Amino acid sequence: MKFLRSGRSRALFFQVVALAAVLGALAFIVHNTMLNLEKSKIASGFDFLGREAGFEIGESPFILYSAADSYGRALLVGLLNTIRVAVIGIVLATILGTLVGLARLSTNWLLARIAGVYVEVIRNVPLLVQLFFWYVVITENLPGPRDAANPLTGVFLSNRGIAMPGVDAHPVYWWMLIAFIAGLVIAWLVARWARARQARTGQPFASFWAGCGIALGLPLAVFLAAGAPLKLDVPQLSGFNFQGGVVMTPEYATLLIGLVAYTAAFIGEIVRAGIVAVHRGQVEAANALGLSRRMTLRLVVLPQALRVIIPPLTSQYLNITKNSSLAVAIGYPDIVSIANTSINQNGQAIEGIAIIMAVYLTVSLSISAFMNWYNKRIALVER
Amino acid sequence: MSWLRANMFSSWPNAIATLLIVWLAWKLAVPFFDWAFVQAIWVAPDSQVCRDAKGTGACWALVHEKHRFMLFGTYPFELQWRPVLVIVILLALYVVSALRACWRPWLAAAWIVGLATIGVLMWGGVLGLRYVENERWGGLALTLLLATFGIALAFPLSIVLALGRRSELPVLRLLCVIYIELIRGVPLISLLFMASVMLPLFLPEGMSIDKLLRAQIAMTLFAAAYLAEVVRGGLQAVPRGQYEAAQALGLSYWRMTLLVVLPQALRISIPPLVNTFIGFFKDTSLVLIIGLFDLLTTVKISIGEPKWVGFGVEAYIFVSAVYFVFCFAMSRYSQNLELELAGSAATGGAR
Repeated sequence: MKFLRSGRSRALFFQVVALAAVLGALAFIVHNTMLNLEKSKIASGFDFLGREAGFEIGESPFILYSAADSYGRALLVGLLNTIRVAVIGIVLATILGTLVGLARLSTNWLLARIAGVYVEVIRNVPLLVQLFFWYVVITENLPGPRDAANPLTGVFLSNRGIAMPGVDAHPVYWWMLIAFIAGLVIAWLVARWARARQARTGQPFASFWAGCGIALGLPLAVFLAAGAPLKLDVPQLSGFNFQGGVVMTPEYATLLIGLVAYTAAFIGEIVRAGIVAVHRGQVEAANALGLSRRMTLRLVVLPQALRVIIPPLTSQYLNITKNSSLAVAIGYPDIVSIANTSINQNGQAIEGIAIIMAVYLTVSLSISAFMNWYNKRIALVER
Repeated sequence: MSWLRANMFSSWPNAIATLLIVWLAWKLAVPFFDWAFVQAIWVAPDSQVCRDAKGTGACWALVHEKHRFMLFGTYPFELQWRPVLVIVILLALYVVSALRACWRPWLAAAWIVGLATIGVLMWGGVLGLRYVENERWGGLALTLLLATFGIALAFPLSIVLALGRRSELPVLRLLCVIYIELIRGVPLISLLFMASVMLPLFLPEGMSIDKLLRAQIAMTLFAAAYLAEVVRGGLQAVPRGQYEAAQALGLSYWRMTLLVVLPQALRISIPPLVNTFIGFFKDTSLVLIIGLFDLLTTVKISIGEPKWVGFGVEAYIFVSAVYFVFCFAMSRYSQNLELELAGSAATGGAR
């Protein structure tokens, strides 16, 4: 064992041992799995994706699906359902979380207290318990569709879910979307020009308001030019359920409410910590320089607070995506739930779980890549 | 009065917000209080009494009626003093570990003895105790066991992973990074599914492990990845000078790590570690999905009984309260400890 005394050969030795141990364990597992699969006559490979699934899916808002479709299409429906709840959940949780964080810092004692209690209660109860709670609240305690609660005109709460008015699709809306994107690009160009001009001449330009005006004005102009086609689709009670409008099933509503309420508590704490982290002296210095309140917020406070907020916010976005997998417990057909059904039907557990993991790893890695890029952009540039 | 004016009525918007909140509280909190306490039914001979009061008063009689099942699952009724004792031992261990005066080597010994006693009590089969197979464990006892053993097993593993991730050996570092990022990138449910359906396939013929152990393995591997990142944070916070001084003294890697770096790193990481423990404690509720009888499962089964169908809100408020007590205690403890440690660091030295 003399060669172990030298640092380099010892390092090499340990690494070879570790690698051999890991590879050995993997080989052992693969070998056993092959034997077990052969014995139990379970097919392997991803051929099953093309076969008929044979089960119905409760909701598929984006693509058509029936039991005669393939497993592959069923999994695609699940993936879209996951993305739907995660994206809308992220947007709503960010808004609610920011409000909670600001409320906790409010000078109004009552408001700050209530936000504090909200955060403590939500953070210290498992999400799964909260989901079950919301689910029984909706399915057991709300009235039936016939005497649904009607808190706002056109909005109906019943044990069949939440029905809201929607807007009938119209081809002009696509053009409005395109106009909006074009507006964003123009706003970005204007901001660039304004920054360059300010650097050159010192003259400020209200590029934020100009940008907002362009980005919102262009779609509005398209909308008006097309004759303002707007037809509200209000839910109507027909038979035992609502028709028309936007209807959220109890499962979807539960998952969305649960995820948003849960994540907002964490985001609230992150926002609060970010704002508190900006030193008082920074605001005082900005005031001394004669910056207006809005400029202080936009140029001094927000850039520094965001630097603290973004990294933990990223992990909350990842959490909301991963937590959406709890859908399986309340019967919302997300990717995990559908992969689970498919495993139960055809026994191909390895492939099913591999698909789940691949989906989440892809989503996780892409969100964190995007956030890392954004984080780098706004990071402190030190001399 | 001046306090009221300063904190609730300092400006017009502020005053309006205050009045709005008071009005909302009047509309929501008062009926809730009435439902939960004043009109509530605490003990009932049968569920009909509750059914008559549905909508006006909460039915806590459900919790009273099913509390043995909720706390201990299907553990044999006449032997339930054993899980009671287990819960008491666990609580004692938590309390002792929380006291800084008890952070001595004997604490590790106490944990080993305590966990061994718990194993004997739960399984039995020795010392004249009747054997109880672990399919019958359940309720709060199971939740606490899953969480405690999960942490106890994951913690050492996480230290190894964190050291590996900070190691200068590229292969070791890569293996640890892959493990940590893979586990953190997927939801716990997929790991639990993997443990419950794939783990049996991984094992050679004739060897099998039961459902509880499979779930425990998945939970442990999951917790280790998250704890490893916390420990890594602690390791990064130890100043470089400490490493350099240890090396200058001629300490080997292991002696430097065990005697100089880890004691400081772990001390720094205790508050975030406790926060991870809270998350893990909450996550144990996910074993419901693979069919283990933890606290949440037993509560869910209780309200699945025809007699008690429709009292889900009460049941979930109860189970939330139980989880809340444990998690809130931990989070308050971690906040206090953070302040204390920051204070002792400010007044000079880790001691």
